[in-house]
Amino acid sequence: MIRITIDGIPLELEKPINLLEAAKLVGINIPNLCYSPELTPYGGCRLCLVEIEGRRMPVASCSRLAEDGMVVRTNTPQIREIRRELLNLLISNHPMDCLTCEKVGTCDLQRLCYEYGVTTPSYPYDPPDIPLDDQNPIMVRDQSKCIKCGKCVRVCREIQVSNVLEHVGRGFSSTVTTAGDRPISRDFCRMCGQCVAICPTGALTNKEFAGYRPWELKKVRTTCPFCGTGCTFDLNVDVKNNRVVGVTACEDAPINGTQLCVKGRFHTDFISSEERLTTPLIKKDGEFVPASWNEAINLIATRFGEIKAKHGANAFSGLSSARCTNEDNYTFQKFMRAVIGTNNVDHCART
Amino acid sequence: MTNSVNEVLDAELLFVIGSNTTEAHPIIGNKMKQAVRNGTKLIVVDPRTTELATMADLHLPLRSGSDAALINGLMHIILREGWEDREYIETRTEGFEAVEELVKKYTPEVVSAITDLPEEDLFEAAKLYASHRKAGIFYTLGITEHTSGTSNVMNLANLALITGHVGIESAGINPLRGQNNVQGACDMGALPDVYPGYQKVTDPASIARFSEAWGVPVSDKLGLRIPEMLDAAVAGDMKVMYVMGEDPVLTDPDANHVKKAFESMEFVVVQEIFMSETAKLADVVLPAACYAEKEGTFTASERRVQRVRKAVNPPGQAKQDWEIIVAIAEKMGAEGFDFLNSEEVFEEMRSLTPQYAGMTYDRLENERGLQWPCPTLTHPGTKYLHKGVFPRGKATMVPVEYKGPAEHVCDEYPILLITGRKLGHYNVTTRYSALLDSINPFEEAEINPREAEALELVEHDTIRVTSRRGSIVTRVQITDRVKPGSMFMTFHYRESPVNELTQSAFDPITLTGEYKVSAVKIEKVEWKDEQYEDEIHRFKRLELLTH
Repeated sequence: MIRITIDGIPLELEKPINLLEAAKLVGINIPNLCYSPELTPYGGCRLCLVEIEGRRMPVASCSRLAEDGMVVRTNTPQIREIRRELLNLLISNHPMDCLTCEKVGTCDLQRLCYEYGVTTPSYPYDPPDIPLDDQNPIMVRDQSKCIKCGKCVRVCREIQVSNVLEHVGRGFSSTVTTAGDRPISRDFCRMCGQCVAICPTGALTNKEFAGYRPWELKKVRTTCPFCGTGCTFDLNVDVKNNRVVGVTACEDAPINGTQLCVKGRFHTDFISSEERLTTPLIKKDGEFVPASWNEAINLIATRFGEIKAKHGANAFSGLSSARCTNEDNYTFQKFMRAVIGTNNVDHCART
Repeated sequence: MTNSVNEVLDAELLFVIGSNTTEAHPIIGNKMKQAVRNGTKLIVVDPRTTELATMADLHLPLRSGSDAALINGLMHIILREGWEDREYIETRTEGFEAVEELVKKYTPEVVSAITDLPEEDLFEAAKLYASHRKAGIFYTLGITEHTSGTSNVMNLANLALITGHVGIESAGINPLRGQNNVQGACDMGALPDVYPGYQKVTDPASIARFSEAWGVPVSDKLGLRIPEMLDAAVAGDMKVMYVMGEDPVLTDPDANHVKKAFESMEFVVVQEIFMSETAKLADVVLPAACYAEKEGTFTASERRVQRVRKAVNPPGQAKQDWEIIVAIAEKMGAEGFDFLNSEEVFEEMRSLTPQYAGMTYDRLENERGLQWPCPTLTHPGTKYLHKGVFPRGKATMVPVEYKGPAEHVCDEYPILLITGRKLGHYNVTTRYSALLDSINPFEEAEINPREAEALELVEHDTIRVTSRRGSIVTRVQITDRVKPGSMFMTFHYRESPVNELTQSAFDPITLTGEYKVSAVKIEKVEWKDEQYEDEIHRFKRLELLTH
């Protein structure tokens, strides 16, 4: 048993976990920009510094395991001052276009600057000369907004296991980029978009959400309509315009957690495709003619009745669907069996 | 799946056969890659060098269609070396002796000749699989889409049973289901031989049960399977087909035969979200809501039932599928279709489906889905199957003899064509997503550099691919992912409808088509504008999107 004290609250741990996670257990959220419980701790942003009694220097709580007897302070005036200065350094090397940045409202840097009252950068800004990478359909990469937290690098390496991104260079000239510094392309990237989802700033943004403010979108939890893995995610809905804008992952999804693939994350424009069928169609002289539901249902019921009377129930067959819901499938087979009277019902299970 | 997706992470060994998991089931593929990164051993059996194959401890690029011989060969080695689990075999299985007898003749020498795999690799695979307890088998349609599909599945079961790999965590036999709700559609009895919950249509008890529940006498006659329906249509006996959300013309094998079947019927109704190739042949097309416009449930591969929720209204007059069926049923004077919402349908279903009996919409909401069997309202659901005992007592092993595929390459058709999916698309729906289509706007048939050189082809050149049944054109991608003498195409593109090439040779039990083995020939063709109008249009769209 490991006994520690965090901000005066005693805590007992079964096994050594990092201090940042330990603090969460007693309701204390230590600020950070590069930590994710799913990823290897990196200790890069230094915002999660805490004081440990008996030690001269503060330590990064994400990378320090709890030890028996530790007395930890997470929010002393000195720690707050260090965090303010770190944030000051970060925004001094960051464009201040928050008014029009796509990440506004979900930017962790913005949130922490607000929390710590860091309003104006104190150091001169020397903007890097790196062109935007937007030659792909899913994301915009704006390196000037990258704070080198390395979350994208680790999520690509450890969760998607694709190894597309890496830290390159040192100091002010360091970047996070692809092999050969090429723009993102399907040739080497699986386009899952998880780097975009985990980016704490506007360095990586999802093209589908461009033009929408996060608070304008309603989230509806549902299940992916493609392969049989069973990923769940949130559809982000522009309610006013009856339009699904895009997809965000949800940590508590039982099968996939925060992971999605290119199809799961980027498919939603098919929902509002111009090519969707919008009205019943009846073929007359080889051409489809729009019809009302009444006309279509009457015609089907009449023709089904006639053909059943003439040829019997087993002249009917029904193809149900592995793409439709359980409720649709139940109703379909019940219709074939109870109304038509045949077991000629099947679907593509075998193909 | 006997086991659950997240058990992959704790497996000691993954035996992946006939599954390009990182493309067809990307999230399960991620978990496999994460496991391998953390030291889990990986065996990949696939004629292609897939992404997983490049990470594998052992990649067995077997000759397509020789799976049964391979599995028999592995069992031969396991039994010869005494690596089987005798206690498990004795207490939990029956029929072992017949399997033992049959695999005697599948010596490494014989199997190596059939599969094209070195004997050392066979030995290594057998040793790896038998010596790890938490060893799961994962397969998809590379196993089932063969004339020997059913036997292949039974044989994988034999392999797992003789080594005691069923009924424990992070092991088992795991078919990764291809569609979001193929598990659910089967569970719901959208099959010609069973009611919901796999209750046989020929069993007097289930006939009585459903007749009483639905208030009408139900048929005790086995129904027809899809290929039989189509054959009956061509023969003139099948008059009506009612299709909900399927596109057999594009996705069933031997497309020209399927088209003929549809043209032979008197009355065809198709309920769809897009004007599919099948819908074009219908007499009446009904507009359906898509998943984002529906309330309901899907059942994932790991038997987890999860909610689907309405996010937006359907376009125009489109309606949810079950509502359309109800409208037709009521117009025909049927009773028992007065459902007010999807939850009422679910309630009736669970009252008749023992595996789902303990599930309610409230529970699915609060417990993040439930895995069947879940027989009572207090049952927590089932993470993995067959712990301690099989439903029928002992698992029966059935020996499986190797029979080659129905079609072989020959002088006239020298290339072996394999079909499947790619990462960026899912069947045909994703083609309607301009974004996804811009990533993969056209078919790129994979051919080996050897064939490319022989025909003087460069990347994205166009070829004509011809089989005994049809002929299509496609662009090529030159890659050693495919072996010399074989090629790979997807079935996502109606401009390159690969199922005009595939054969309607079927597995005798399930009637699954042999999509994975077709003999074809290829030739270079020159680009002609009018012929590729559709593709050029898509190219233009791509350029607009990226500039």
